[in-house]
Amino acid sequence: MKLIKGDKPIKKIFKIAVAFTIPVLLGYLSVGIAFGLLVVKSGLSIWLALLMSVFLYAGAMQFVAIQILTNPINMIQVALITLFVNIRHLFYGLSFIERFKPFGWMKHYMIFAMTDETYSLMCGISEKQEVDSEKLLFTISALNHFYWIFGTLLGGLIGNLLTFDSTGIEFAMTALFVVIFIEQWIAEKKHLPAIIGVLSALVALNVFGPNQMVLPTMVIMLTLLLSLRKKIDGGVKNG
Amino acid sequence: MDKILAIMLMAIVTYFIRLGPFMLFGKGNNTPKWVVYVGRVLPPAVMGMLIVYSLKSVELFKVNSSFPVAVAIGLTAILHFWKRNNLLSILSGTITYMLMIQMG
Repeated sequence: MKLIKGDKPIKKIFKIAVAFTIPVLLGYLSVGIAFGLLVVKSGLSIWLALLMSVFLYAGAMQFVAIQILTNPINMIQVALITLFVNIRHLFYGLSFIERFKPFGWMKHYMIFAMTDETYSLMCGISEKQEVDSEKLLFTISALNHFYWIFGTLLGGLIGNLLTFDSTGIEFAMTALFVVIFIEQWIAEKKHLPAIIGVLSALVALNVFGPNQMVLPTMVIMLTLLLSLRKKIDGGVKNG
Repeated sequence: MDKILAIMLMAIVTYFIRLGPFMLFGKGNNTPKWVVYVGRVLPPAVMGMLIVYSLKSVELFKVNSSFPVAVAIGLTAILHFWKRNNLLSILSGTITYMLMIQMG
């Protein structure tokens, strides 16, 4: 470990990471507070809420988990539900196989911490950053995880006392996705993958409904991406 | 105790899902070409999916549900194409959305 005192690069990385993660801070803090509050209101201990936010760390799944934990538990069902809710994460790692190699054992934390939002931020960070990109990616992951745990804690402890009307703050997540979508739109010559993503999700949403849309979306998306590989990856510029 | 075990089970399943691609393709130095291709084109596609996914509960045909979303996304997008400042675009869009939802 070479954490030298007055090591300016680390401070700089931290500042950059904080700036990058502010949108996630807004989203995770508010959703985390809602989660912590809901856990306590469901009659579960705040420790269970924290246990989930530290070790499970999956937004939508944790809300489903409240349902699971307040009903008779069937472990096989628990495993299957988890698989279906989080299956989209199966593909996120494909973009980071090479990039996580320099991390050594810390790679496991990076993989564990890859939520939708962290994945999105990482996709938006080019390797051309002037700072150490591994340290930056790690700091971003750890900060997001911290926001989530902190939000959970706040919600569980004082959620009832908060009077600030935060209705609609969850839009910060949508806005984050929109911004990164646009960044990638500008950076890429071929826009077909982006269009495929939106269309696949719209089709799946309409056919399968809001609660079953993710798996069909991924299937349609991957099928289209793979079958249009020649067109997308062909190297010919087409605007 | 059952509850703690269930949480640990959910945590382990989630972790292994996220670990999947690294277990399959992380060994050795030559990742199959199609995997490299998918890894490269997936981020924009997934971002498109996540936009729709995060809006899945918006009722398209109810104006007081879809109008604020349309305005906020439009503002976020226009600001972003114009200024390319993540925080500015996200905060403006979010605040606009919150105001519209809370007043409407």
